Amino acid sequence: MTGLALLIPVALGLGLLGLASFFWSLKNGQFDDADGAALRILIDEEDPL
Amino acid sequence: MTATTPNRDPVPLPQTEFAVPGVRCAGCISKLENGLALNPGIAAARVNFTAKRVSITHLPDMTLPQLVKILGDIGFEAVPIAGDGVDGTQRESRQMLQAMAVAGFAMMNIMLLSVSVWSGAQGFTRDLFHWISALIALPTVAYAGRPFFRSAWAALRKGRTNMDVPISIGVLITTALSLFETFTHGPHAYFDGVVMLLFFLLTGRWLDVVMRSRARDGVSALLKQTASGAMVLDKDGKTRWVEARALSIGMDMIVAAGERVAADGIIIRGNSSFDLSLLTGESAPQMAHEGDSIHAGTLNIDSPVTISVTATGPDTAIADIARLMEQAGQSKSLYVRVADRAARLYAPAVHTLAAASFLGWMLAGAGWHESLLVAVAVLIITCPCALGLAVPAAQIVVAGALMRAGILVKDGSALERLAEVDRAMFDKTGTLTLGRPEPVNLDDANGEQRSILLALARASRHPLSEAIRRTLEGAGTSAASLTNIREIAGSGVYAMAGTCEASLGRPDFDMASAGMAAQLLVAGQPPFTVHFTDQVRSAAAETITELAQLGIESAILSGDRASAVAPVARMLGLTAQTGMLPEDKLDAIARQKRAGHHVLMVGDGLNDGPALAAGHASIAPASASDVGQNAADVVFLGDALTPVATAVRAARRTQQIVRQNFALAIGYNVIAVPLAISGHVTPLIAAAAMSGSSLIVVANALRLRAVVR
Repeated sequence: MTGLALLIPVALGLGLLGLASFFWSLKNGQFDDADGAALRILIDEEDPL
Repeated sequence: MTATTPNRDPVPLPQTEFAVPGVRCAGCISKLENGLALNPGIAAARVNFTAKRVSITHLPDMTLPQLVKILGDIGFEAVPIAGDGVDGTQRESRQMLQAMAVAGFAMMNIMLLSVSVWSGAQGFTRDLFHWISALIALPTVAYAGRPFFRSAWAALRKGRTNMDVPISIGVLITTALSLFETFTHGPHAYFDGVVMLLFFLLTGRWLDVVMRSRARDGVSALLKQTASGAMVLDKDGKTRWVEARALSIGMDMIVAAGERVAADGIIIRGNSSFDLSLLTGESAPQMAHEGDSIHAGTLNIDSPVTISVTATGPDTAIADIARLMEQAGQSKSLYVRVADRAARLYAPAVHTLAAASFLGWMLAGAGWHESLLVAVAVLIITCPCALGLAVPAAQIVVAGALMRAGILVKDGSALERLAEVDRAMFDKTGTLTLGRPEPVNLDDANGEQRSILLALARASRHPLSEAIRRTLEGAGTSAASLTNIREIAGSGVYAMAGTCEASLGRPDFDMASAGMAAQLLVAGQPPFTVHFTDQVRSAAAETITELAQLGIESAILSGDRASAVAPVARMLGLTAQTGMLPEDKLDAIARQKRAGHHVLMVGDGLNDGPALAAGHASIAPASASDVGQNAADVVFLGDALTPVATAVRAARRTQQIVRQNFALAIGYNVIAVPLAISGHVTPLIAAAAMSGSSLIVVANALRLRAVVR
């Protein structure tokens, strides 16, 4: 029973953490341009003078 | 650290969004962003690749044409997008996604607890797990259920019912009873079922929204420049840029060659030819001289003219067409979507069934509590989980497949309406034909003439020059090296080829189709005249035949002269009505409608706008006017006409799959409902049945991926 008292809050907490970070990334615009994000990694960023 | 305080400007810089359809690769993103950042007037630029847009933060004194020119210099054609970046569909899609995430989180956690209850947890543990489930489920239902409750309430208030009414009733009653069960230490709570139901339904809704917003992004990236303003010549001789809505009567606007006219007016200086095809369907450019009146939306081809504004905004010819479109579009909003039609039959049946099983068990002597449990089991089993996915899953798969083939479908109801058409009406200019001149006799020119032609054509932006350039470059001709190239507006391009003078311009002889020919003169050689025609789209005849095989009869509705329509009509074997005004096209469609036909309108011009809005379904090519693209349900890319038949075929196939999905969902009910009525359904069976049927429906919809060859 003590195990349950620990494990259930941990499971729920982790789930909530995931949910909160999803909301944060959605609000942060990280899902606005999924195709662009995939391409941007190919850009060589040389410092503009 | 420097001693200067940073300049904290309290005024936020203006931000303007542009559609840039030319962004195709990683290189384009960096070229665009870095190129823009080099300009001193621009603070920041960010490309959204998915939506093919760039948003530019710039100094307040940068004007739209300046920004467009900067983008053009970097090598990208750009169109300013009106309004702010985040619009309705985007917000809706985000809200759906948030609700879906909450439902998904709750579903997984409640499932975790439910598994132990199903596998035999007893007494205190079971009660504890039910309580935790309730704690998760209640806020979830309140949050994730809102889209359904809102839509159900809106329907009920108007005395109608839709798919959301049985969903809302089922969700609310089941939650309430599960809560009661938890209070009274009962063995069965349906929290897992309720939340799972919400999750699957939200998935369906979200797919629907995603489909609409993706197509809308595609279409807005295609929209071309309708004149959003004009260079106005002030009395003191200075020019300034004025936006279309700020133009007023009496202003003098300078319209450069290649620009669209922003307001109705009269030419006060200059002569030019104008392309009226978007407005009237007339294919040949028309000459206009000082004193002639010019309508907004026409394209100035030859040389700059000064036009005095005589009508703006709601008084222009374009606004008349917009009013016609609004009236014509009203019939379309009355269309009831397949899912709602199914719900009209389904909802009363489900509610009667649940009520009947409640009464049946009461009469058979069971307690009200047991009877209510059975009724709730019936409600949750029949809740249209698979039905909610049946339509959007199929439609988004098809829309994705069509999009890869260059066909953009605006929304799901467009596919449903497209599947029902049995008559097709085609516009001619720009729809059956390409709507742009193509040279027909370049093969008759010798090698030297061709290379001089290409070099001269490259120096001009005239549509005929561009057509020559496109054709010759496509054939791999190499350009001659010319010196002293100059273009004289309204006359032609002049240059020196070695020691000979060469020119490309208006033919020096009078001919009926003077607007559709150009003459190459090289000193010491006979002149060569290039003739142009507006080519019929490739595969047009095949498409008409295929439509006929699908049981769709085609005809032409054109605003052009009979003599211009006849060759196309003869070639395709179609009947044609010619010289039609927008009102006439509306009448023609209304006549077919009264005869009980569902008309597919295919058109591109401004003059087709009302007809596109009035048709049961409508298709426009990507080369169409903004009005045409906005009014059409489907927009296709490319020069071939094939997508028209492809879209109809795909839409019919989709309806077939949707019907299969309905049959699967109902078949599952036929098996599960007797179990529920006889009181044998536990939360475990309900959860398994629900997810099982949803998966089957989605899997069946995925078969549509291969629908577009």
